[in-house]
Formats: sequence, C-alpha cells, structure tokens
Amino acid sequence: MGFFLETVFGGLMAGMLYALVALGFVLIFKASGVFNFAQGAMVLFAALAMARFAEWFPQWLGFSSLLLANLMAFCAAVLCMVGVAWLVERLALRRLVNQEGITLLMATLGITYFLDGAGQLIFGSATYKIDVGMPKDPMIVLENVFEGGLLLSKEDLYAALVAAMLVALLSVFFQKTRTGRALRAVADDHQAAQSIGIPLSRIWVIVWSVGGIVALVAGIIWGSKLGVQFSISLVALKAFPVVILGGLTSVPGAIVGGLVIGVGEKLSEIYLGPFLGGGIENWFAYVLALAFLLVRPQGLFGDKIIDRV
Amino acid sequence: MFYRENGQFKSNYRADMGLFPVAQDRWAILGLLALAFVLVPLMGSDYFFRAIAIPFLILSLAAIGLNILVGYCGQISLGTGAFMAVGAYAAYNLQARIDGMPLLLALLGGGLVSTVFGVLFGIPSLRIRGLYLAVATLAAQFFTDWFTNRVKWVTNDSSSGSVSVGGLDILGYAIQTPVQKYLLCLAFVVVFALLAKNLVRGAIGREWMAMRDMDVAAAVIGIRPVYAKLSAFAVSSFIVGVAGGLWGFVHLGSWEPAAFGIERSFQLLFMIIIGGLGSIAGAFFGAAFIVLLPLLLNYVPHWLGLPISTATATHVEHMIFGALIVFFLIVEPHGLARLWSTARQKLRLWPFPH
Repeated sequence: MGFFLETVFGGLMAGMLYALVALGFVLIFKASGVFNFAQGAMVLFAALAMARFAEWFPQWLGFSSLLLANLMAFCAAVLCMVGVAWLVERLALRRLVNQEGITLLMATLGITYFLDGAGQLIFGSATYKIDVGMPKDPMIVLENVFEGGLLLSKEDLYAALVAAMLVALLSVFFQKTRTGRALRAVADDHQAAQSIGIPLSRIWVIVWSVGGIVALVAGIIWGSKLGVQFSISLVALKAFPVVILGGLTSVPGAIVGGLVIGVGEKLSEIYLGPFLGGGIENWFAYVLALAFLLVRPQGLFGDKIIDRV
Repeated sequence: MFYRENGQFKSNYRADMGLFPVAQDRWAILGLLALAFVLVPLMGSDYFFRAIAIPFLILSLAAIGLNILVGYCGQISLGTGAFMAVGAYAAYNLQARIDGMPLLLALLGGGLVSTVFGVLFGIPSLRIRGLYLAVATLAAQFFTDWFTNRVKWVTNDSSSGSVSVGGLDILGYAIQTPVQKYLLCLAFVVVFALLAKNLVRGAIGREWMAMRDMDVAAAVIGIRPVYAKLSAFAVSSFIVGVAGGLWGFVHLGSWEPAAFGIERSFQLLFMIIIGGLGSIAGAFFGAAFIVLLPLLLNYVPHWLGLPISTATATHVEHMIFGALIVFFLIVEPHGLARLWSTARQKLRLWPFPH
C-alpha cells in the first residue's frame, strides 16, 4: 500500500511537470488557434537562455551572487522569449492568417526546427546546469503510518507548487486584467474581437510571450531536474496526450489531464509493465488518451465539436 | 505555342477518359520514363544512385501513400514511420522465416501486414478528427517503436536489435549493384504511382475527397464514412508498407527500429506539405526537395570555401530547413505541385497573353 501511494504521488508530481508544458500549448491554442508544435523547442530555448545567461552575467559583470545571477538571467530569458514571440508573430503568423490547421501545424513544426538550431547555435549544445536553489534531497513522510515512510521528492513538490502558483497567476491575469479580457475575446472569435478594435497582432505577440514565459518556467524546472540538454525538447512529445486528454482549449483540462497521464503512466509501468516486457511508459500515455478520445472526442474539458454542414 | 491542344480530338470515350489527354503530356511522360529507365542508369555514378536517386524514389513512394491519406482523404497521420517499420519488419520476417520466399512476395506481404496494422490504427479516425487524430496516430508511432524494440520475435530474436538483409534477387537476376537497386525501386514507383493516380481518379478517390472536404455532408449524400476512411488507411498503409520494405531491404540493407522513428514521420509529412497535398506529382516534388536540401546545405559551405564545424553546420542546416518550410507555407500553401500546374496553365497560352 505504501508503495502504491508512493507511485501515485510520484505520478502526480510528474503529471504537474507535464501539465506545465501543456499549459503553454493550451494558452497559445486558445488565443491564436494554432497548435504550437514548437512548445518543446521553446522550452529548450528558454532553458538554454536561462542557463547560459546565469553563467555569462557573472562573467561579464564580475559578481558572484547566485541569486542576482539567476534574477538577471530570468529577466534576460523573458526578454528572449518576448523577442521570439514577436518574430514568430511578425514573420510567420501574420502571413498565415486564414490558412487551414494543418498548414499552421506545419509552420510551427518548421519553427521547431528553426528554434532547435538557433538555440543550440547561439547558446551552445552541451549539457548545462540550472541552479535555482531547488532542494535535491528526498523527504520521508508518514513514517508512523507506513513502514519506512513514503519517499517523496522535494524537488517535485516545489515544482508542483510553482505550477499551481503559475496557474493561479494566469487565472487572475485572464479574469481580472484588461489584457486578459482581450485575450479571452480573441480566443472566442477573432473577427468579432478585431471588429471592436482589439489589435490582433499585438494580442498574438502577448499570447506567444505568455506561452514563452510558461515555457521558461517549465524549462527552469525540467532543466534543474534533468540538466539543460537537447532531449528536453522531447518532453513536449509527452505533453501532447495531456493536452488531448484535457481538451485543447481548457487550462484546468491541461492540469487535470497532466495529473491523469502522470499517474496513469507510473501505475501502468509498475503494474502492467512486467506483463508486457517493460518500457511501456513511452506509449501508454498516448494509448490512454486515445482510448479516452473514443469515448469523448473533445477531451475532458474541451469545446464540443459541432459540425456545421 | 508548343503546348496547344489544337487539333487533338478524341473519338471515343476511352480516349477521352485517358490519364494524359494532351498529346504533349503523353510524350513528356514517355520521355521522362525513357530518361529514367535508360539514360540515368548509363550516366549516373554509384554515389548518385545510393545517396540521391534511391532515397528519392522510395521516399516519393511513401509520400504517395501518405498523400492518399492526408491529402485526398484529409485524415492527418503522424504515424507513417510506424507503417514503414511494420512493412519492413514484416517483409524481413517473411523472407527470413519462409525458405525460398521471393523478394517481391516478401515486400508485398509486408505491405499487406502493414495494411492490417493501418486499418487497426485507422479505426479511431471514425470517431476522432483533426488535431486530435494527429496526436492519436502518434500512439501508433510510439507503440511500434516499443514493439519493434521489445518484442524479440519481430527481429527474429536478434541479439543486437537490428536486422540485416542480404542477397536480393528476383527470378534469378541479382539486385546487388546500385543501378540494379535503382531500377527495382523505379519499377515499383512507376507501377504504384500509376495505380494511385487511377485510384484517386475513380469513385473511391472521389469518396475520399468528399470525406476530406466535409464528411458530414458526404455521409448525408450516401458515402459510407467507415468504408471511405478505412479504405484510405488501408491503401495508404499498403503503399507506405511496401515503401518501408524497400527502404529496409534496398536502401539500408540492415536497420534498427530507430530508422523508422518519429523523425521519419515528420519528414514524410513535410514532403507532402511542401510538394502539395492532394497531388500525386506533389509527392515527387516534395521528396526531391527534402532529399536534395540537406545535401545542398552541406555542400554550399564547401563550395564557398567557408570553414564551419560539423556541429555548427548541423544547427545552421536545421535553421535553414525550418525557415524554408515556413517560407514555403507562406508563399505557396498548396505546394510545389500548385506552382507546377500554374506554370503549365501559363504555358498553354504562351506566348499569347490570353
């Protein structure tokens, strides 16, 4: 029983990390109707920027405080992501305004390749360290209830807290601020929003910047867990079933989907894995999402697909 | 002036329904086939066949298959690599486990196994659409990655996880030299391209296109969605499976599961997008573009005399690749095939303005 709970907790934590990446997908899809395949590349780019700037600022400016370096690196990385968002909107999105979904998907795939190459060209392609002070040691809880207690990773707990705070911040942003209202209006109907004077191109830059900042936070957490390397961009591939399960247009869906996928993956590996030869983590999330979609094609919280003839 | 159809009258329905109604087109295609079958084998170098011609042919075959599914039937599929893998491994198993199995039967058998697989993974398309289906097809991709890696039966219990094929021959003629391999692939491509072109011109092709454009309306007028969608998956995975078998047997010789990973699926999707969705010729254009571009990008710094390290070259290659894809999608979303057909339309009037 103790092991089962440990697995469930581990799955919930991993799920929160996936949900972080999925959040970026959902935000960008909600407001610009583009399924951003490049989210993984954005996570990598942002993490590389953060890691390298944290290294370079102390070298260039000659101080050694880690906190100051991290803060300055964070600001620099945010600026980088805003720059990327602006470029993407200017060069790609603006010219592809009324194209079909698959064209936009392919465009974001092209942007993925571009960001992969550009990030590694500018920032380097070795493995880098991000050190934001996350505790690496595990903690043991509930020692009196279960024998030996349950082993939880403090790092994952902090990550889950950060993710929860980010979601809360984003909810406040969307519900209470003027820009948030404008974003929701654009998500509802592009043309109507444009006709009442909301500047679409600026909104898209803002949305992609927010998506980039979410990618930065995800990149920092994943980077401090795994080290910043090329394989981080493959994390996005894991986030697809999360987005699909939760529904492409729903922020709570991304969180719930992430938790479900995280727990499902870990449990399936432990309990189904031995029957099937192990290593089923890679595809189980997809098959789970697929099975779910057969029952509810729009995902848990997604907009119902209405066919108009 | 040269492309006028003046004086070309058809005297029976059969001629009217022909594949190439304009005589100049017929001559051009015959000329192209003569070039491909006779001239290129005489003039090409071994490197040209191995690195350019054979990958181009096999990938264009796979792109034809994928185009049928995505371009004509509108079902987005990101699992093409998986279908190629199934075709390759099935062909390998048929050849390795049955003594005296002819090469052609093994390849076609691999295609049939891939058909079954494709229909199975196509069943979700009856319920899911669009982006959701694209991600659902990734399930096929990752499942096949795992299956070919973990299930030892697939690789004939090979200890290293990779399989190899040797000594290809058809009816006693050996297929060893690059020229012979090239001719084999060319024959496959010509036959399948003809089959695909006639399929999409027929009733089933029109059903696919109706499904693509508006599947609810198509169902209303009596087109059975199950039949149309699953037949698209079946035909597409058959062609892609045969292409996979060719890729493994003829191009690679020995391969491991990573040869058919998700990168391959993306590459094929790029090919048909850039080449033109819903066009058989587009598959060829796209395959040529994708096969030639990395070579060009690798050689241009060489020719210009710029010393760049390999790592930098790879990153720059990725950047240019991505930028070109976005550029193409902006400039001509219907792909190179549309550019070609526009050029042909203009040519029909040349040198007159209208």
